[in-house]
Amino acid sequence: MSPTQWDLPVELCCRPMAFVTLTGLDVVYNAVHRAVWDAFCANRRADRVPISFKVLPGDHEYPKCRPKRTSYEWYIPKGILKTGWMNKHLNLVPALVVVFYELDWDEPQWKEKQSECATRVEIVRQSLQGRNTKVAVVLIQKKTPLPPGEDVIASERAAALCNACELSGKSLFVLPHTDHLVGYIIRLENAFYEHAQTYYYTEIRRVKSHKEFLNKTTHQLLFVRHQFKIAFFSELKQDTQNALKNYRTAYNLVHELRAHETNILEIKTMAGFINYKICRLCFQHNTPLDAIAQFRKHIDLCKKKIGSAELSFEHAAWMSKQFQAFGDLFDEAIKLGLTAIQTQNPGFYYQQAAYYAQERKQLAKSLCNHEASVMYPNPDPLETQTGVLDFYGQRSWRQGILSFDLSDPEKEKVGVLAIQLKERNVAHSEIIIALLSNAVAQFKKYKCPRMKSHLMVQMGEEYYYAKDYTKALKLLDYVMCDYRSEGWWTLLTSILTTALKCSYLMAQLKDYITYSLELLGRASTLKDDQKSRIEKNLINVLMNESPDPEPDCDIFAVKTAQKLWADRISLAGSNIFTIGVQDFVPFVQCKAKFHAPSFHVDVPVEFDIYLKADCPHPIRFSKLCVSFNNQEYNQFCVIEEASKANEVLENPTQGKMCLVPGKTRKLLFKFVAKTEDVGKKIEITSVDLALGNEMGRCVVLNWQGGGGDAASSQEALQAARSFKRRPKLPDNEVHWDSIIIQASTMIISRVPNISVHLRHEPPALTNEMYCLVVTVQSHEKTQIRDVKLTAGLKPGQDANLTQKTHVTLHGTELCDESYPALLTDIPVGDLHPGEQLEKMLYVRCGTVGSRMFLVYVSYLINTIAEGKEIVCKCHKDETVTIETVFPFDVAVKFVSTKFEHLERVYADIPFLLMTDLLSASPWALTVVSSELQLAPSMTTVDQLESQVDNVVLQTGESASECFCLRCPSLGNVEGGVATGHYIISWKRTSAMENIPVIRTVITLPHVIVENIPLHVNADLPSFGRVRESLPVKYHLQNKTDFVQDVEISVEPSDAFMFSGLKQIRLRILPGTEQEMLYNFYPLMAGYQQLPSLNINLLRFPNFTNQLLRRFIPTSIFVKPQGRLMDDTSIAAA
Amino acid sequence: MGGAPSAGPPKTAICIPVITKENYPLYIRSTPMENELRFQYMVHTSLDMVDEKISSMGKALVNQRELYLGLLYPTEDYKVLPHNYTTISKVKFVMVVNPSNTALRDNEIHRMFWKLHNSYIDVMCNPFCNPRTISSPGTDNMVMSMMIQVC
Repeated sequence: MSPTQWDLPVELCCRPMAFVTLTGLDVVYNAVHRAVWDAFCANRRADRVPISFKVLPGDHEYPKCRPKRTSYEWYIPKGILKTGWMNKHLNLVPALVVVFYELDWDEPQWKEKQSECATRVEIVRQSLQGRNTKVAVVLIQKKTPLPPGEDVIASERAAALCNACELSGKSLFVLPHTDHLVGYIIRLENAFYEHAQTYYYTEIRRVKSHKEFLNKTTHQLLFVRHQFKIAFFSELKQDTQNALKNYRTAYNLVHELRAHETNILEIKTMAGFINYKICRLCFQHNTPLDAIAQFRKHIDLCKKKIGSAELSFEHAAWMSKQFQAFGDLFDEAIKLGLTAIQTQNPGFYYQQAAYYAQERKQLAKSLCNHEASVMYPNPDPLETQTGVLDFYGQRSWRQGILSFDLSDPEKEKVGVLAIQLKERNVAHSEIIIALLSNAVAQFKKYKCPRMKSHLMVQMGEEYYYAKDYTKALKLLDYVMCDYRSEGWWTLLTSILTTALKCSYLMAQLKDYITYSLELLGRASTLKDDQKSRIEKNLINVLMNESPDPEPDCDIFAVKTAQKLWADRISLAGSNIFTIGVQDFVPFVQCKAKFHAPSFHVDVPVEFDIYLKADCPHPIRFSKLCVSFNNQEYNQFCVIEEASKANEVLENPTQGKMCLVPGKTRKLLFKFVAKTEDVGKKIEITSVDLALGNEMGRCVVLNWQGGGGDAASSQEALQAARSFKRRPKLPDNEVHWDSIIIQASTMIISRVPNISVHLRHEPPALTNEMYCLVVTVQSHEKTQIRDVKLTAGLKPGQDANLTQKTHVTLHGTELCDESYPALLTDIPVGDLHPGEQLEKMLYVRCGTVGSRMFLVYVSYLINTIAEGKEIVCKCHKDETVTIETVFPFDVAVKFVSTKFEHLERVYADIPFLLMTDLLSASPWALTVVSSELQLAPSMTTVDQLESQVDNVVLQTGESASECFCLRCPSLGNVEGGVATGHYIISWKRTSAMENIPVIRTVITLPHVIVENIPLHVNADLPSFGRVRESLPVKYHLQNKTDFVQDVEISVEPSDAFMFSGLKQIRLRILPGTEQEMLYNFYPLMAGYQQLPSLNINLLRFPNFTNQLLRRFIPTSIFVKPQGRLMDDTSIAAA
Repeated sequence: MGGAPSAGPPKTAICIPVITKENYPLYIRSTPMENELRFQYMVHTSLDMVDEKISSMGKALVNQRELYLGLLYPTEDYKVLPHNYTTISKVKFVMVVNPSNTALRDNEIHRMFWKLHNSYIDVMCNPFCNPRTISSPGTDNMVMSMMIQVC
């Protein structure tokens, strides 16, 4: 777009930079000069000083300086700021003019060259007469200069040159044209920058000096102008802090001006400029809050300054521009690193700009509605002699006139008319849409989806006004779902109304129908008369006729649309429109409901389709069909009425094909499920309702699943929350809200009519053949066929159980690993009504724990459903949990021949193995036999005969056995010596003869065998008698291969006297035995300690008496001395 | 907009909607003179900020008793200022007020919300009410009394 009146001037928006002109450079023909110029202007990154350079010829005429005013007394300013001023100081009046001149210090014709240079400087000075612009000379030299002070000629000639040119030494530079050009240039431009700063400083001083001559009455405008100039020069000087300060002062001053209708535009224009500068500098100083505060203040101060009512659109345009410019500044700052937030982002400013642009459009529409006959005035009052205005914000037809009275009302009128007529040609919608789309982009970025939608609605509406219906429809359609999903029906209705207009004007059939459907629906907040109108149009469209135009449409657009509609009618074919309702809220609601969550295969599947229309008038539909996941059922669920096109409105309240508004229509469907579908789900995949017919136009509403549209899930939620009692309705009617969609049902097998019983005696015992008796009895009225039994471990339990459970039908043999855990489909033949059969199952459980067993009986039967004979497969299952327990516990212990508990046994010395079998079974057990299988390392002392053959154990009873064993010396065996196995053969006492006996093998524990050097055993009677001799013989056996020295002593005891060797030392040869004979004479009765035998082996100090006591008795029972006559009786005892 | 602030009684709310947890409007009343559509859009767009505020507060909101979320839009919109109040059950009350009424302080708005909240609780406590639309004469009167002063 070309810049309009309201766009801010470029020179205001740019960043002011010091202006320096370079003269004497021939950049076209001279390569050296070209290189110098390139070095100046190429690669101007942020680290280079901010200067704008321009190459001008040496004799360039700079703008003339007006003669200095000596007094302001009679001076009356004509405006605030001249339109050319900023540009003049940015691009025309330099801060510094640099004269480039090629001259080496050793130049032979020095004199001539020096004077030529001086002439050039003089020409520049002439042109700058009256200005404070600095002049500098740069000598382009071929030779590299010597260090300062060393070249005497150079310093002499430099001084002479300065003198000739009337330059200070600081303004003369040397530029050797060598390799380091860029380095020299950067040094040069830094020096130029200092000169420029000095220049702008003096300019600021100069402007300030005017201030004292001003007075408040006549020079109000100059206060603003001077303040602005100071600020602008400060910016050129790159002193942004002072610039900001001065702009702020200028801003306050501009609002102190006396405002009147005639100058309000000028004041607003200047206020806008200054505000722009302030905000820009605030953002630059990274104080965005200051910028925002300033902008708010600015808007607050200016928004009421409308000015001329006839041109009030100008104010709106200006306001719009203010917001837009601020939005741009804000956005710019964000791009440079500022962080914005959701509630404070440029989007709001663009939105507001759009709002004012809309207002501008409205105002323009009402103010510029001149007749077509009104001609644009001639001569054009908006033309000026120069083509531009002298001062910003003034009217072209009365420039420089400060009087508040209108000197020439006629001229004013013409001017206003010209502006109004011009405004009429402005593409308002374009402006609005551009601003809105800017705002949309921002809100998208700052997570405001609803704001974005709202703005898109506005954009859509604006496109509608601009007659770009395609774009309008695209935008509106895009945002509709947001409002629909959140249930803002008022807003949705408003959007739909616009969308309907668009689709009408474009004669877009499908869109037109879709929007009509929704506007008639319950989501629409339209009044009934509107709905009636839309319904009538819809019916017209369905009858292949043109609808009436929508209200408030542009007349010309309606004409075009009517023609389009007429064309549509003449076009035949493709007149069926299928519209999915899941994305919108149509005026017909649909709910499908199966009567039950499951149906037996022998009864018909029944479901209802509920329909309800929300439109104002009854409507007739032509066809209803239901689709299922199994398409074979589709054919059974179709309702179609062969009606002619003109019957849509006839007999509207009759027939089941007619929907009366507000009334729920229930349609029942019934079909018989296929036997293959047993165990499967039957699902309604869609419901199609056709309005109209193929003769005219036909609309098929398509509900996915069992009905429901974009709003129904929300409604269902609300209905569920409500406890409100619904008013009572007649019996045949239902409340719409109380209908819950049930779009699928299960087909399940026919109910079996047999009984399955299980008989058994739990718990099962580990490894036994556990008997399970299954009884099946038929209660069916006819014969059942193909009865099959599946029995065993129920699948889905612990995998280990499967390996440790085996099932068989034959109980006479033990089953092994090869038998399965589940026997499947055992045929048992047919059963007549009332007949019963029995089957025995044997289960062997290898581990304890509980298991679930399944008994599943299936059969076939012929039945009749809805007059059709079908073969049904029925089944019945029973499960039972059976606990498996150990039948008995076996305890084993090793004891010495003294029946003392042994931790270890001694080589070659006999010991006892005791087994103890404790029945844990609740049922009586018969131990058929037991067997001890000795390991090779063990030998038996006597015979290993079972002592528990055919013993019956009740619960808690135990059977013990004792075996005397000996373990030959084996040397030291790590972990002990294996003893062997103990095998018990057993069965339930109640089990039948042919049931096999179970052998349970118990591995006996290992025992530690220890060698001892000396074994002692004693030969003594079982009891003694007081004062009767008690002979005791000790056998000492040397178990080693050495000759052993043995010290033996017998300690006296109070209870005995004794004869024999009290203390002796003897030698026992390897493998031989020594006998020691003692005669004890008991003195006291009772359980008495024997005189203790102490043995000391000199070779084996570890051999202690403690160990010894294991083998020999330490005490004996001594009977009292009997009476003589009773001798025989005592002996008998 | 409704004349100069000095004329007539103090201005209060212009539009008072009640919005559910799922962000659909439960109840909406605005002063009859105003452009209702415009206020509905405004309330709807202000939910962006409510959502953001709630999500940024997260769990803290549940624990604290302070339900008033304060001014939603700053003064970008120079005509109306929506304020928001969110209950523990995430039902939102929004109030659009006229900024030209400078006398209306935060605590007064807070008090109005509190009244509205209590009224809402009363309605909801009625076992026969239909939560889809609050239509209780009590609430209507109370809401109208908050707005009636505007026109």
